[in-house]
Amino acid sequence: MRIKPRKTSEDATGDLTPMIDMTFQLIAFFMVLINFSEADQDQRVQLPLSVIAKPPEAPLDSPIYIHMQDDGTVIFAGEDLSLEGLGVYLDREREILALNNKSADQATVIIRADGGAKTGKVQELIQMCQQKKFEKFALRAKEDVGY
Amino acid sequence: MKVRNAREAEKIEIPMTPMIDIVFQLLIFFIMTFKIVSLEGDFNIKMPASAPSQGAPDEDQLPPMKLRLTAGEGGGLSGITLNDRQFGSLDELHAYIIDLVGSDESDDGLEGAEVELDCDYGLNYENVVAAITAVSGEIDDDGSIIKLVEKIKFTPPEPQ
Repeated sequence: MRIKPRKTSEDATGDLTPMIDMTFQLIAFFMVLINFSEADQDQRVQLPLSVIAKPPEAPLDSPIYIHMQDDGTVIFAGEDLSLEGLGVYLDREREILALNNKSADQATVIIRADGGAKTGKVQELIQMCQQKKFEKFALRAKEDVGY
Repeated sequence: MKVRNAREAEKIEIPMTPMIDIVFQLLIFFIMTFKIVSLEGDFNIKMPASAPSQGAPDEDQLPPMKLRLTAGEGGGLSGITLNDRQFGSLDELHAYIIDLVGSDESDDGLEGAEVELDCDYGLNYENVVAAITAVSGEIDDDGSIIKLVEKIKFTPPEPQ
């Protein structure tokens, strides 16, 4: 008996179009939502919740982020510091502002303090910034959406 | 002249494998670097370093309301006092502030009013944010913020 060659096996390639469509959609989704900014958030700090904490409508003028952990240590520019050690860094920030023709009172110091930090420590941090001529502060809180 | 079979043209296929490889690599990269960012908001306070007061104080300027928060065991909130008036909870304080705004003639919150926070050193910071939330605004039914007292400041800290 003569066996016929199997021509049908060549047609086994599936249609890839739907899969590629979906993959591109997924890529587009993740590309739009990706957030590379590491400076303004720190996972070690658990912000207190507030129902009226809404994201600002306009970007703040010359923001300076200072994080405070629950034990009172300060995180600034990725480094763990004591309150006393922060002074040098604030001086440096002021010099950078001066290079951009701005004074310290134009900058906004954003304080991201942990909910378990002592209020006295936060106040000392504010006092330290005041000594370095910073005037505008923003106490950051996480939006309480109820879940 | 030999005419070529038109079927030969159909055999040209674009290799999909490299493209799919790259696409999946991109997809995995984006999935791995994806993080859900929770929304954050700010309470703005303007606190210049203790500037010497020049001349007589402005008569239109209301004196700041003193909000005293005392710390209990483990940094919890144990006492709330606003201008010598005691409150059992922050909800009571919030209701009192709403009454104050309701009796005020202006539409835009307590215009010119200021709250000065006097907190114990060991009080947990989350209580301060809760107190600021109670005095500075509320969310109405359609999700917009009704402003109450906007000016907030702290008394200088007292070392423990």
